[in-house]
Amino acid sequence: MFYRETGQFKTSYTADQQIFPIRQDRIGVAIILAVALLVVPFVANEFVLSAIVIPFLVLALATIGLNILTGYAGQLSLGTGGFMGVGAYACYKLVTIFPDVNVIIHILLSGFFAAAVGVVFGLPSLRIKGLYLAVTTLAAQFFLEWCFIRIPWLYNYNPSAAIEVPGKTLFGVLITGPAASGVARYFVVLAIVIGMTLLMKNLIRGRIGRQWMMIRDMDIAAELMGVRPLIAKLSAFAVSSYICGVAGAMFVFFYLGASEPAVFSITLSFQILFMAIIGGLGSLVGSFFGAAFIWILPILLRVWLPAMGFDIGAEAIFQMAQIIIGALIIFFLIVEPHGLARLWAIGKEKLRVWPFPYA
Amino acid sequence: MDVLYTIFIDPFVQMAEAPDFLLQVVWEGFVAGILYALIALGFVLIYKASGVFNFAQGIMVVFAGLSLVGLHEMGVPALLALIMAIGVMAILAICIEKFVMRPLVGQPDIILLMATIGMTYFLIGLGEFIFGGEPKQMITEELGLPTGSTAFEMDNGGLVILQHIDIAAAVIALIMVGGLAVFFNRTRIGRALRAVADDHTAALSVGISLNQIWAIVWFAAGIVALATGIMWGARSDVSFALEIVALKALPVLILGGFTSIPGAVIGGLIIGIGEKIGEIYWGGLVGGGIESWLAYMIALIFLLFRPQGLFGEKIIERI
Repeated sequence: MFYRETGQFKTSYTADQQIFPIRQDRIGVAIILAVALLVVPFVANEFVLSAIVIPFLVLALATIGLNILTGYAGQLSLGTGGFMGVGAYACYKLVTIFPDVNVIIHILLSGFFAAAVGVVFGLPSLRIKGLYLAVTTLAAQFFLEWCFIRIPWLYNYNPSAAIEVPGKTLFGVLITGPAASGVARYFVVLAIVIGMTLLMKNLIRGRIGRQWMMIRDMDIAAELMGVRPLIAKLSAFAVSSYICGVAGAMFVFFYLGASEPAVFSITLSFQILFMAIIGGLGSLVGSFFGAAFIWILPILLRVWLPAMGFDIGAEAIFQMAQIIIGALIIFFLIVEPHGLARLWAIGKEKLRVWPFPYA
Repeated sequence: MDVLYTIFIDPFVQMAEAPDFLLQVVWEGFVAGILYALIALGFVLIYKASGVFNFAQGIMVVFAGLSLVGLHEMGVPALLALIMAIGVMAILAICIEKFVMRPLVGQPDIILLMATIGMTYFLIGLGEFIFGGEPKQMITEELGLPTGSTAFEMDNGGLVILQHIDIAAAVIALIMVGGLAVFFNRTRIGRALRAVADDHTAALSVGISLNQIWAIVWFAAGIVALATGIMWGARSDVSFALEIVALKALPVLILGGFTSIPGAVIGGLIIGIGEKIGEIYWGGLVGGGIESWLAYMIALIFLLFRPQGLFGEKIIERI
């Protein structure tokens, strides 16, 4: 009843083609942004910001990156963790080599290295499809992981084989490294994630995004209609890896503070693939839902289970949380294979025609 | 030139100079290959009958091994524990069929794939919850499996050492492949399985119960997993690290084709021997440890030339 576009007339193409054509959507987004900017940083304590909100935003960005490739262009990838790692290590090297340049520029640049690697491993996608492609991205994943361990130059010959983030400032405020405050990091992460999401939304609505979707729906038909698969598939790999690379750099610089190769293992790839699928393939808002579900729920479970009287020790709680997550994943796949984004869309649709069952 | 020499000539010179060592390496690769083939066999069984790409095969191996060892630790005699472990796999198969596969019939491949990864999470949590997360020793002797080793002397005086457990693994793998072939081709259920694999709807229309068939197939994959778990556990130990190793079955399947049982065996052997030789003779050139990705690269190169896999049928695409 509140959510209804009756009476909202569009008198220009610009108004008709805006990202949120319905007024209630615009109000909703404005409220969410206002909460994110004005409420969260002042209400949330250091732990909530550092352990929940910041990684949630970063992983949502990585999920958007994977969604570009798997959800919009239809190329299954199990190498997300590896591509994120490339971004992280590239950023680390850039910071070491050019310490005077602002770290934000480094983070945005590091994505290009990931994009280049992504294009190289995307080349087989021109001949290989479906599950077979998953194996080639697994090759990327394991090869890159091996590189992070075996090439000491990448971690500046650090004997512990880990990368440690130096403290860097933006406008005189410390934003990276262990000493940076949660609020400062939160604002930087939020700004990058919002910027990237807007950029991707417009890319998807445009010519290249529509080409990706044509390739996804049927590549031969798309080719016959004048989409060049080479350009479309490789650009999807490049854009997706760019986003993943930036997310990887942010993951280390704003969340972990220090990282070892094991961070970017196949587990991370699976985790992000889950976020994309549980959230909904081919949906940007779904990426945020999925990231929230997979990242925040286990943390909440670990807090809630003892609170509800299941006092069975930290290790058992951890295992219980994993069992519940596994069961919930299967449950959600059964209930709505198109992800939380579809549930969200169905909910909005119901609201529009309420109190009637059909429009 | 030096680089070319170390890459293309030197490894072969080393092989020719120490044939006993080469033979040992090939044998090690052969045994690893058999274990890959066993995991791949589990994949193939399920893929053939239900078109599901079962990522959970790796954790099923771990889970089967853990149940066996865990039950034995609780004081159950070894043979009884084996039977009970088989029972556990049967219950698991029925549960998977009833709660996961049946509600997800007809969903796209990627959803089914994700469901099996969800199962992996579930089983990892459950396994650690019941049996604890530490690696466990496989009860090799209690099960009556041979231990010890035999050394064969070569003409040039070198030694090739064969572990008895490895020989047993090879024999058991052979028996299982043979048994499965007979099961698929000679029995009533086997024929029903092949009918389901061919066309679900047509199989339903002639009165084959899909639910029953799927439960049987998951059970068969569980038995294969148990055998794999015992063999692998006897070589190293039963731990959750095996789950990552099981991903190696993917390149094996790429080589062997997703639906071919002999293909799984041949693919497993190629990958096993190939990556051992690559690691020993070429790995040192780039710092070692290339075993973790060499198999995928081999599969990738094969795929570039044959996108349908080595034994796969030619893909015909229509609009």
